[in-house]
Amino acid sequence: MLKINNLHKQYPGGDLALEGINLELKKGEIAAVIGPSGAGKSTLIRCINRLVESTAGEIILEDQDINQLSKKELKEKRRKMGMIFQEYALVERLTVMENVLSGRLGYLSFWRAWLRRFPQKDINQAYQLLERLGLKDHLNKRADHLSGGQRQRVGIARALIQNPDLLLVDEPTASLDPKTARQIMRLITEMARERELAALINIHDVLLAREYVSRIIGMRKGKIVFDGSPADLNKETLTTIYGKEDWNNFKNKDQENSASEGGNDLADREKRKLQLAASSSN
Amino acid sequence: MLTERSENYSWQRPHLIKSKNKRIIIYFLVLAYLIFTFISLEIDPQRILLGLSRSQKYFADFFRPDFISRGESIMDGIIESLTMTYVATIFGIIISIPFAFGAAENISPKPIYFLSRAVIVISRSFQEVVIAIFFVVVIGFGPMAGVLTLTFSSIGFLAKLLAEEIEDIDWSQVEAVKATGASWPQLMTYAILPQILPRFIGLAVYRLDINFRASAVIGVVGAGGIGTTLNAAFDRYEFDSASAILIVMIAIVLLGELFSSFIRKKLK
Ligand SMILES: Nc1ncnc2c1ncn2[C@@H]1O[C@H](COP(=O)(O)OP(=O)(O)OP(=O)(O)O)[C@@H](O)[C@H]1O
Ligand SMILES: [Mg+2]
Repeated sequence: MLKINNLHKQYPGGDLALEGINLELKKGEIAAVIGPSGAGKSTLIRCINRLVESTAGEIILEDQDINQLSKKELKEKRRKMGMIFQEYALVERLTVMENVLSGRLGYLSFWRAWLRRFPQKDINQAYQLLERLGLKDHLNKRADHLSGGQRQRVGIARALIQNPDLLLVDEPTASLDPKTARQIMRLITEMARERELAALINIHDVLLAREYVSRIIGMRKGKIVFDGSPADLNKETLTTIYGKEDWNNFKNKDQENSASEGGNDLADREKRKLQLAASSSN
Repeated sequence: MLTERSENYSWQRPHLIKSKNKRIIIYFLVLAYLIFTFISLEIDPQRILLGLSRSQKYFADFFRPDFISRGESIMDGIIESLTMTYVATIFGIIISIPFAFGAAENISPKPIYFLSRAVIVISRSFQEVVIAIFFVVVIGFGPMAGVLTLTFSSIGFLAKLLAEEIEDIDWSQVEAVKATGASWPQLMTYAILPQILPRFIGLAVYRLDINFRASAVIGVVGAGGIGTTLNAAFDRYEFDSASAILIVMIAIVLLGELFSSFIRKKLK
């Protein structure tokens, strides 16, 4: 459903953020994008819905090149792409419900939006989503009165109510504690699977990515240097993505990961995660 | 114990002008100019004394405010001022919004940005009294000139401060709404307006307050309102009535102050 051919992006300052990205994502396929800071992960995701304009290459979504779309066509296309942000990017002064319903703006006339007259069907869907995400007691709270985990769940609801075909997710868990991070990651992948959405998830936490996602894309300096299953992540591949480091603490415990939630030694996992984080920050 | 050093260090705050000679020359010039200007004012001690004794009589009148004898015209003046203030503030708000958006560098294309900034600069360059004189000359005495004056100066004030608020918004919220496929006006109302609304209301209430006080001043040059009544009282040497007018004005400004602080608390 999504095919990216030879995508380049050079920022006005001269930074070459993407250098010939080729990528294909099938319907319902979820991929995690990992890579060091500055690799171009956010740039890639933002080029897809054109929050950032790429400088060369094609992005084909459902047989249409996104870069060729007129403004109006782009707006229509954006409805089909839900985005979830690291810092949640909720409109702080609006209520939870308004934030969720703002996901429907692309389908609404200006006046209906201005008067907050959303169709009954949208309101029903918003209720269902918020109930599913455990937020039904907070409908009329202002977004800035929520905790980080709650905000990100509102962010998920806002993306899903668009009824998108593709989810673009930029570091959804980076501002959250480890437990909430897992919950959020599970919710995103679960709900994407239920709806058969393709998803591209930027994430720094390799262990979390391995656990919830079956395809990992590694980026470095604007290029894709790894594309494979979590099982293929080992010392050598991590070195190609992140550079030389002591990866010995990072053992590929695939069996353990694929075993269900309960059996894991969470404390042990957190320890390894911390070690990894410490060793990967330069 | 530590051994003490015998040497003393000297320290002084560095002077703005380093050379001592230059400093003395500059002080001298400033003093000389002050003396010169004082002499050129031709201050006449006789007149000051006369004025003092006269003002004693006026002050006596001021302490006996008379609300009654000109009661009706005071009432009319106040109502006219309040009407002018209200109408001008509302129109000022409505007209300032497009200029505020136009003058916000982060959302406005360059030509519109410069145009809006130009309008703001013109509106803010002139003091209310100057604008009032202009409108009184153009359309004649009365509250209409006052309303136009206050509207015109409200536009620059509100648009400038609001534009600065728009420039400070959190852009990620805008991007998030944009990513849903929202149109430009929807973006404005869902992502930008919620971020600036509290400040906007605060500014509008503040401007209401400013406009009322200004309405008294511009009345002096004939732009209607309580200022005109006040001016007339002074012209007739009715200081007791003038005093009454001033007291009413202070009361209204105080009420306005209470009102606006109440609103601002509510917004938090
Ligand atoms: N708005 C911008 N203007 C100029 N250069 C930019 C801009 N955004 C990103 N860049 C540059 O593009 C490169 C890729 O940045 P990008 O944000 O895509 O990296 P990233 O992989 O998402 O990093 P992180 O993991 O820290 O989020 C970096 O060199 C960055 O400096
Ligand atoms: Mg990033």
